[in-house]
Formats: sequence, structure tokens, C-alpha cells
Amino acid sequence: MRKGEGEWTQLMRSANSGDGAAYHRLLLAITPVLRATAQRGLARAGQPTDQCEDIVQEILLAVHLKRHTWDPSAPFGPWLFAIARNKLIDALRKRGRRVFVDIDDFAETLPAEPAREQLPAADINAHIEKLPQRQREVLQSIAVESASIRETAAKLAMSEGAVRVALHRGLANLAAKLRRD
Amino acid sequence: MDTNELVRSLAADHGWRARPVGMVLAVALVVALPVTAAMFIMALGLRPDFMAATGRAFFILKFIVTAALALACLALALRLVQPGAPVRNASWLLAVPVGLLAAGIVADLALPQTSGWTARLIGSNARVCLTAIPLLSLPPLIALLIGLRRGAATRPMLTGALAGLGAGAIAATFYASHCADDSPLFVATWYTIAWALVALIGALAGRWVLRF
Repeated sequence: MRKGEGEWTQLMRSANSGDGAAYHRLLLAITPVLRATAQRGLARAGQPTDQCEDIVQEILLAVHLKRHTWDPSAPFGPWLFAIARNKLIDALRKRGRRVFVDIDDFAETLPAEPAREQLPAADINAHIEKLPQRQREVLQSIAVESASIRETAAKLAMSEGAVRVALHRGLANLAAKLRRD
Repeated sequence: MDTNELVRSLAADHGWRARPVGMVLAVALVVALPVTAAMFIMALGLRPDFMAATGRAFFILKFIVTAALALACLALALRLVQPGAPVRNASWLLAVPVGLLAAGIVADLALPQTSGWTARLIGSNARVCLTAIPLLSLPPLIALLIGLRRGAATRPMLTGALAGLGAGAIAATFYASHCADDSPLFVATWYTIAWALVALIGALAGRWVLRF
């Protein structure tokens, strides 16, 4: 097993037992690796890498919404790269190319790739605009203004439960919209 | 929203957990099976000599084959919606119903019979079989797709095809208690054609429904 992946597995196990900080750390740890993976995948398919961050965000959303399909007794890395590969192929297909990406291509990229510069993401912002108002406000508050669930609830005069529901629905909606376009 | 902001919102949503795929699948099947059973009872019903038939090996073999196929498809489909899970080393499960049916055909051809093998293969229920199995398989197919949708199918068409084959096998388990043709030659021919049709429907549906 590659260095780093063992740590991911540990973090995800902690996350599953309710450790939210571990989950946040895991997502931050995999993001640069996913970015390198997406850039490399795009480059290999002869595509410009300017939409790389859109793919990274789509992978992260899929990781989040499908994390219950990871088997905690297995290492986290192969699961993650199967998801990433799937999203990358989808993204390339949307650009009108039929591509076959070997999963080993991803394996090679790890872990030595330096964290690359983050490019702006365009797709997600267009879709946030189209979300129902409550979901948009909650996402804005938590993501952009980095408010907590409780602070967001107070600010928007909602219950914490309603904020949680709006947040989750907003994220699920975003994932669905990104998948469709 | 930049990626760090997205990550922050994902971390905030950590409290939300999806139910395990297997559980959703089980609940959906529990709802779908009575529908198929009701369709079966209203349209077909048990064959008149059902009780006598339960003593015959080829009659029993039909249920063993369909049940083995249904279980194999379910097990494989559940793996296919779990990214990174090994699928290939479980694909031998599909060989179980195939092997049982093949053994049945050998026995059928080796044993003395009152009718010729072509007559046994063509049987007398082919048309009903080709209609009933696909129709009866629709409720379990919908249930399987609903359940598998909760997973993450990295190969949606293959997963859908297996869902279709599994649903066809469930439908055939009902249908087999109506059909008077017990020859493994009949099963291998007509059931398989019906299953292929449902698998095709499943694959096409899976392509749309199972993408994530």
C-alpha cells in the first residue's frame, strides 16, 4: 500500500464512527491528489486542463454522497480511485470523447505529485444559482462564510434540523445537476 | 464556490448517512415480491398437477437453477455498486446455475424419454414463458434498480443487466410452478431467451438510472 493511503483509511474509519474533524481532514488530504489525477487524466486525453477543478469538485461530491459504499474493512484508496476514474471518464465523455483510462495510471500519480495550483471552478457556481433559495442560502452561509450549522440556523431563523436538511439536499441537488449537464 | 469551500460544506454535512445499499434493496424487494406473486396468481396460477410434480427431479431442478441464478446476480450486482470491490473473483457464482442446468441437460438426454428431444425443447408453453417471465420480472427489476441506485455503479450497464437477469430469475421462480415443461432443454432455451430480454431492459435502464 502506498504511503498516505493507510492514513486515509484510518481517517475514514474515524469519520465513520462520528469524527467530523477526521472527515474534514480526509477531504483536505485527498483534494490535491484528486487534482493531480484529474489534470493528468485530462492531459492524457489531449484535453485542456482548465476545467480540472470542476472534475475535482464532482469527484468530491460523489465521494461524499457515496461514502457509505466503502467497505471499512478494505483500504480506502482503491475505492477512492474507482470513484475518481468513473467521474473522470464521465467528464471526458461529456466532452465527446470515448476514452479508456487505465486505473494504473492513477496509481502512478501517487503520492509524489506536488499539490498543484487550484484553478477556478465554473460549473458549480452556475448550478448554485439555480438551487432553491433556502438551499442556496444555507450553502452560502456554511461554505463561503464558514458559519457553523448553529450560526446558520440563527442567522436564517431556521431550526438546526432544517439547516441540516437544506444543506444535504443542496449538495445532493448540486451533484445531480453536475451529472446531468 | 471554490473547492475548499465545497469541502467545508461536505464536512458540515457529515452527520447525514445513507442507509446501506443491501438494506434498501431488501426493503424494495419485500415490496416488489408480493406484487409479482399477485400478478402470478391472477394471470397464471400453479399448474394443476403441482403436488405430484414436486416429486420429480426435473421439476425441482427448475427452482434450484432459478434461485441460484437470482442469488448469484444479487451478490454480483451488490459488489458492482461498491467501487473497488473485487467482482471477478465472485463471477464463478454465475457458473453454478449454468453448471446445474448443463448437468440437467446431460441427464435429460441420457435418460429414456417418451418424447423426442426436439419436442421437449420446443415444449408447449414457449409463448407463455416468453411473455410471463419478462412481465413478472418488472416489479423486482424496479426494486433492484431502486436499491442499486443507492450504491455507486461504476459500470451502470453491466450492473443493470445483472439486475435484469436477477429479476428475470426471480420471475422464473414463480413461473416455473405454472409451466408444465420441465425439461432442462426447454428451460435452457426459452427461459434464457426471456432472461436475455430482461437483462437487455435492465442494461438500458441501468445506463440512465444507475449513473451517479
